[in-house]
Amino acid sequence: MGMLDGKVAVVTGGTYGIGRAVSVRAAAEGAKVVIGARGQQAGIDTVKEIEAAGGEATFIATDVAKADDVEALIGGTIAAYGRLDLACNNAGIGGERQLIHEVSEEDFESIMALNLRGCFVCVKLELQQMLKVGGGSIVNMASANGLIGTALFTAYTASKHGMVGLTKAAALEYADKGIRVNAVCPGGVETPLFTETYPVGSESRKAAMDFHPIGRIGTSEEIAAAVVFLWSDKASYITGTCLTLDGGLTAN
Amino acid sequence: MTDGPVSGGQVSSGEFAGKVALVTGASGGIGRAAALRFASGGATVVCSDIAEDGGHETVSLIAAGGGTASLVLADVSSESDVESLIDITMHEYGRLDIAFNNAGIGLFGKTIVEHTEDDYDRIMGVNSTGVFLCLKYEIPAMLESGGGCIVNTASKAGLVGDAGLSVYSASKHAVVGMTKTAALEYARKGIRVNCVAPGVIDTDINTPFWQANPGAYEEFSKKPPMGRMGTAEEVAEAVAWLCTDDAAFVHGHAMSVDAGMLAE
Repeated sequence: MGMLDGKVAVVTGGTYGIGRAVSVRAAAEGAKVVIGARGQQAGIDTVKEIEAAGGEATFIATDVAKADDVEALIGGTIAAYGRLDLACNNAGIGGERQLIHEVSEEDFESIMALNLRGCFVCVKLELQQMLKVGGGSIVNMASANGLIGTALFTAYTASKHGMVGLTKAAALEYADKGIRVNAVCPGGVETPLFTETYPVGSESRKAAMDFHPIGRIGTSEEIAAAVVFLWSDKASYITGTCLTLDGGLTAN
Repeated sequence: MTDGPVSGGQVSSGEFAGKVALVTGASGGIGRAAALRFASGGATVVCSDIAEDGGHETVSLIAAGGGTASLVLADVSSESDVESLIDITMHEYGRLDIAFNNAGIGLFGKTIVEHTEDDYDRIMGVNSTGVFLCLKYEIPAMLESGGGCIVNTASKAGLVGDAGLSVYSASKHAVVGMTKTAALEYARKGIRVNCVAPGVIDTDINTPFWQANPGAYEEFSKKPPMGRMGTAEEVAEAVAWLCTDDAAFVHGHAMSVDAGMLAE
């Protein structure tokens, strides 16, 4: 028996890194998973991986920066499974490392459009469905950068702080309606994006590991486990919180 | 050791199988719920408290559920008590893997002006000094055991102020500070340290306040955004999760279990 038996879950950005781990873990815990992401092939691969393990999943090509896409994702979820119980709004991008005075407005807008506006549109449409079934649980993928600043990541940091604020406000609005809204705030996590930025064996990777008090970065599976915990009834009194998984980074 | 070890001899599998877990303030409320939760996950639980009857009852409940537990009476504000609590645990079970430093007292409804010096010393003694002493003696025992996981009971009042709870709030802010610092000091030595920050939880610690203030129970039930108080079991689930391998990257965190109160 899984922690999410009988539930229907949407995971955006659910084909790579943390999102993929969330999709896989959710299915392993018994949820029917609808994966919304941009890459068609990665979507098909993720569904195959879940089905091979005996789980159930559907892929719907989605760019969360486009509201129409998000509507199609949620609409498709209802069409396929008739309800929505759980959502992990995880789709996001990091952006170039740049000083604020060098960041173009276009770059800023595109990061905010995907990370923050995308999260807003997802939460809005998800809540509409969850209200219909009288409950639900939403987890937004914020970041340790949603709690502290990091030089050279202006837009990303701003977008993640925005997600934390959105999470808290949404939590308060729907607390008495059976819908919980929380954020997960990871530090560095072993993902394809991380390895691209900090290549294996590089000095920068060693420094990034060392930057975390426990001396390593997290795994996608660890973040996925936190999402599943917050989704589950074990977290029935937890809403509006930022569950931080960062190896002590923000305690410092 | 007052009781035990008492064993129901049935729980041998689970996420805490083979682990030894210490719970202070285990005679009731959140501590009892956590002790039962650790036991149902397969841990051998050392229950500690100053309240003997409640402590016996927790041990009996664990045994009745098929788990293994013992009771060690200790006042966490006394260094010799804490030292002997850890000594007994190590002597009896040979290891310490999990510690839930939960013993605490509250004093509600007095302004800072009305608090006496004695109130201050008493509350800080149990809530702050108690957690300090537990950390001080648990950490070497955990290092000897090859690592461990510690969760302290802070409070929403450990993260923000709360009118009528000045000294309690100060004592819980201290718990949050010690949690973060201990986490940093032992980050690379295999010991994880976190705390939980509960909101309004319906436990016996509040009973004197409800009795002294008619209508307060109903009033406080409406305060959390969910429109109800939390249960000890809901906090215990968060504590248990923090002690699993799933939470291996969670370190130095104050985990709110408060129905959104801190978010307001």
